[in-house]
Amino acid sequence: MIPASFDYVRAASVDEAVAALTEHGDDAKLLAGGHSLLPLMRLRLATPAVLVDIGRVSDLSYVSEEPGGDIRIGALTRHHDLAGSELLRERAPLLAAVAGQIGDPQVRHRGTIGGSVAHGDPASDLPAALLALRATLVARGPSGERSIPADDFFTGFLETALAADEVLTEIRVPALMPGTGWGFEKFNRRAQDWAIVAVAAVLNDGTPGVGLVNMGATPLRAAGVESALAGGASAGDAASHAAEGTDPPADLNATADFRRHLVEVLTRRALESAQA
Amino acid sequence: MNITLSVNGRDQSGEVEPRTLLVHHLRDTLGLTGTNIGCDTSSCGACTVLVDGESVKACTMLAVQADGHEVTTIEGLAGSTGDNGAMHPMQQAFHEQHGLQCGYCTPGMILAAVSLLQENPQPTEADIRLGLEGNLCRCTGYHNIVRAVQAAATGEVEA
Amino acid sequence: MSIGERMLRKEDARLVTGEARFVDDLVIPGALWMGFVRSPYARATIDGIDASSALEMPGVQVFTAADLQDAWANPMPCAWPVTEDMKAPDHWPLAVGQVNFAGDPVAVVLAPSRYAVVDAVEAVVVDYTPLDPVMDLEAAADDATVIHEGLGTNRSYTWTLSPDPDAVDQAFAAAAHTVSERYLQQRLIPAAMEPRGVAAVPGAYGGDLTLYSATQIPHILKLMIAVTCGLPEQKLRVVAPAVGGGFGSKLNVYAEELVASALAQRLGVPVRWTETRSEAGVATIHGRGLIQDIELAADAEGHITAVRVKLLADMGAYLQLVTPGIPLLGAFLYHGVYDVPAYAFECTGVFTNRTPTDAYRGAGRPEATYALERSIDALARAVGVDGAEIRRRNYIAPDRFPYESIAGLTYDSGNYEPTLDRALELVGYEGLRLEQARRREEGSTKHLGVGISTYVEMCGLAPSRVLASLNYGAGGWEAATVRLLPTGAVQVVSGSTPHGQGHETSWSQIVAERLGVDADVVEVLHSDTAISPIGMDTYGSRSLPVGGVAVAMAADQVLAKARVIAAHQLECAEDDLELVDGSLQVRGTPSKAMTLQAVAFEAFSAHDLPDGIEPNLVGQVTYDPPNFTFPFGTHVAVVEIDEETGMVSLIDYAAVDDCGNQVNPMIVEGQVHGGIVQGAAQALWEEAVYDESGTLRNPTLLDYCVPSAAEVPQFRLGSTFTPSPTNPLGVKGIGEAGTIAATPTVINAVVDALSHLGVTDITMPASPERVWQTIEEARS
Repeated sequence: MIPASFDYVRAASVDEAVAALTEHGDDAKLLAGGHSLLPLMRLRLATPAVLVDIGRVSDLSYVSEEPGGDIRIGALTRHHDLAGSELLRERAPLLAAVAGQIGDPQVRHRGTIGGSVAHGDPASDLPAALLALRATLVARGPSGERSIPADDFFTGFLETALAADEVLTEIRVPALMPGTGWGFEKFNRRAQDWAIVAVAAVLNDGTPGVGLVNMGATPLRAAGVESALAGGASAGDAASHAAEGTDPPADLNATADFRRHLVEVLTRRALESAQA
Repeated sequence: MNITLSVNGRDQSGEVEPRTLLVHHLRDTLGLTGTNIGCDTSSCGACTVLVDGESVKACTMLAVQADGHEVTTIEGLAGSTGDNGAMHPMQQAFHEQHGLQCGYCTPGMILAAVSLLQENPQPTEADIRLGLEGNLCRCTGYHNIVRAVQAAATGEVEA
Repeated sequence: MSIGERMLRKEDARLVTGEARFVDDLVIPGALWMGFVRSPYARATIDGIDASSALEMPGVQVFTAADLQDAWANPMPCAWPVTEDMKAPDHWPLAVGQVNFAGDPVAVVLAPSRYAVVDAVEAVVVDYTPLDPVMDLEAAADDATVIHEGLGTNRSYTWTLSPDPDAVDQAFAAAAHTVSERYLQQRLIPAAMEPRGVAAVPGAYGGDLTLYSATQIPHILKLMIAVTCGLPEQKLRVVAPAVGGGFGSKLNVYAEELVASALAQRLGVPVRWTETRSEAGVATIHGRGLIQDIELAADAEGHITAVRVKLLADMGAYLQLVTPGIPLLGAFLYHGVYDVPAYAFECTGVFTNRTPTDAYRGAGRPEATYALERSIDALARAVGVDGAEIRRRNYIAPDRFPYESIAGLTYDSGNYEPTLDRALELVGYEGLRLEQARRREEGSTKHLGVGISTYVEMCGLAPSRVLASLNYGAGGWEAATVRLLPTGAVQVVSGSTPHGQGHETSWSQIVAERLGVDADVVEVLHSDTAISPIGMDTYGSRSLPVGGVAVAMAADQVLAKARVIAAHQLECAEDDLELVDGSLQVRGTPSKAMTLQAVAFEAFSAHDLPDGIEPNLVGQVTYDPPNFTFPFGTHVAVVEIDEETGMVSLIDYAAVDDCGNQVNPMIVEGQVHGGIVQGAAQALWEEAVYDESGTLRNPTLLDYCVPSAAEVPQFRLGSTFTPSPTNPLGVKGIGEAGTIAATPTVINAVVDALSHLGVTDITMPASPERVWQTIEEARS
């Protein structure tokens, strides 16, 4: 219930955060909304020696549109604001829908897209949506800024391509043509629960994207489904490929076999929504 | 570390350990024991307060994160309407609809409901049930809680 | 506001404003915080405890079982030795030499703050040698490995209720239909929203101790602390402050309460502890935990001719306060609302390396109702009629009451069929069957199911002599004092100990009715043994039929005495007086009257009392009920199952309950609502899951799925009113009935939804994966 002691540092800017991470290395974790990190710290499953609080960095909460089509989302944008963003609902509605189903309203008032994504949890919903949307993640470190495609971002269980001294600053999503079909199917025991399995799908004008939640050590792209769709397969036929290349966990809520079954059902339903 | 929160309209300054949870700061340091703790996994919502007007689980926030922000606890809810001495309509609605039994989840439930109506003033029954997904109750079976929120939403609450 | 009215609760004001004080809210200057080092192993020897790192932290003290050995006059109490030869291990507040469940406390740590004690507990290092735990109930019963070596067996007791075994055998031999079913009652975590907590505060003058505890049983706890800790009973005070739900889990005597008392006494400083939710998963008792084998014998038309039941009950590692008796509370009810002439029941209690089980909402009666209501649906299938019809054929007829049951009970009153009719009507049964048929014909994969259960339960614990015959360690009476004060206000002192049930409101209504006073001038005092010294506390749906009746009787005593005094002062015969609007008036001459307040003042000043009448208007009653009460009803659940995912949605639910006369229908409804969700939760969401090493995998609310508002619908409630002849108010308890009925109602609906696939059973909870697997197996 009570975290172990730690030193606390406030960063007023991204540069200050980078400097603090550089100084403390692996001893430090970033604190944004705290809804990925604090639950772990309260159970002492995470015991960082230093917390670098970037929650007050003022210019990292935004949803804006680039001329030319990219949606740019500040890493500290809260799930609540993503769900309510008119721009997002119009240009990348999958993301707004996914954000609106994370946890519960209290969680959504605090949790941020950057915090959720940088945590690298395959059971989180947003990473799978970013895979489906072919998003790019922007990180800033001591040597400057770099862009990381979502496909390269999730490297292992609770591991991302971010270096220990890098801060995720922005998520860029190619804007979808109006009317682009999308679907999101989240399956859980109770409404507030993490997904047992979830599927985020977008039929983006010939380059379909299908992201899977909780089907492996990282969020996964359902490549088999995507190529089937690109080849003209129906929702049902495409969905039959959904479990390919996955390594779903077995836990209290489901066996691996049940997850393999669910992912096909949820994929088909997400695709049917997208095609409707 | 020294922090200042505006709690129920009053500035409260004090020294806290960085690891002090907001809920413990409110309860143990500021003596505002109305906010309750029901779990240790951010699941139950009994600790729900309003931070800058929005519902937040005070167990999943450090006191240092609330520094400089406005916090409303159940103790401050009645006063927040400016109607001196009267209960907040949501409190009154819970009373009139028998939306509480043991009362342990109630402060968090009421504040979550206040935040819900703020964001969705005309919720359907499904909106209310989903809007309270983060608040667990073991006594009421939720039936009368839903009716309380409906009553507060339609204003069918006695002054 | 008096009996029968929907009076809004007096309790609410302090609860909706956050002013109520639960135990963790209490400000106790100078208190040391207590934390417990608990075994991670289900079974192990304790080889050594190294507290050196913890002791380096400022203000930290550590105590082991050895350090506290002389604190105990007796081991932890089990107050219900159900058989003469029941085997019980010694159970000490801190484990001695060996741990027997993951969570078993090994050492207690004191530190100056809430946060520091967590750090200190973490710093204590215990050396264990893990042993293979005994987790499987049937293997435990076979004694391959004996957990408590001194007992020589894991079987604690075997208890039977078998009035005529030959009759049972004959009935089965002659039966046209027999049904033989096995059901598993999974372990449940009670998970009241308030975790437990204690604060033991030694008095300033030496020798006296006040224990604040989130308990349902301050009176019983006080006695048990005196006996276990060897403290003088007359110097103890136990206070239950506001308590955030109990459901039976706070009806116990826990190690933490005993250790806090002993340490506070020894050190002369207050000692306090608050449970975390993860800790609660292992440190607070679990509910249920049975393997049930039930057989029904029936004639060709499906009239049940015999019921035979055999239970294996998981005690857990130790016997807590009433652990062994819980399954036996259902022993008399495995034939329920049905007129059954032959009956046999047997239960064996077995130790396993898990948290002890004990009372949890319904305590034995949900289990009984489940087994019966599931198996009667199986009988319906065998006979070829639907669930409603088989029940109608078997209900005890309304003219049979009071009904002498084959199990030895006298059901006070009952009228079952109208509850079935009304529940089916509320839910729109005919329409549902049509819709179900339509979906099946279309080959829909969204399966609709309707489940029915009719229950009777025995509550209002209990006639003390009956408890004696069961070897239960205490009586079943309840005490009440009613004082009419000189200003006309009324004080009620009740031995009941509410934790959400609204007694302050209901008792006020009772007194308002009996004395003609305003419910608002009635003050109800409870839950503090200094203020309410005599009581048997709240559990077993007993408070209204026993405690509330005591209040009514005490109020009647006050009124009777008031009549004597008023008759004397008004110079009339007592019989000429009638109570009108809080005044005693001479019938026919309303100007000749005295208000009750005036009578009370006369009684207080004692200037002119009749000979033989003592001053003051006080009624005091200890009421020992002559019988249990038997509320009953029918519940109907409607579920929709998504075949592709196995997800079960509870989409509608009707409950028609009969608890006799109702003091406050609003409170009755609330109890039913909450009870239904807990019962449905056992059916669909909850289960304490263990791994092979004996660790509880889901102690938190993240993984133990207590449902939210999003998971359940609004409920359609109805009532019938068949007063109880057992007590003058005609009331029965209602606190557990909803849970008792709901579990089989929901599972019957799940089975019904899949009946066209040939499904006849599903293991609880009916999780999506279990349902999906069941459908797969049925289709293959």
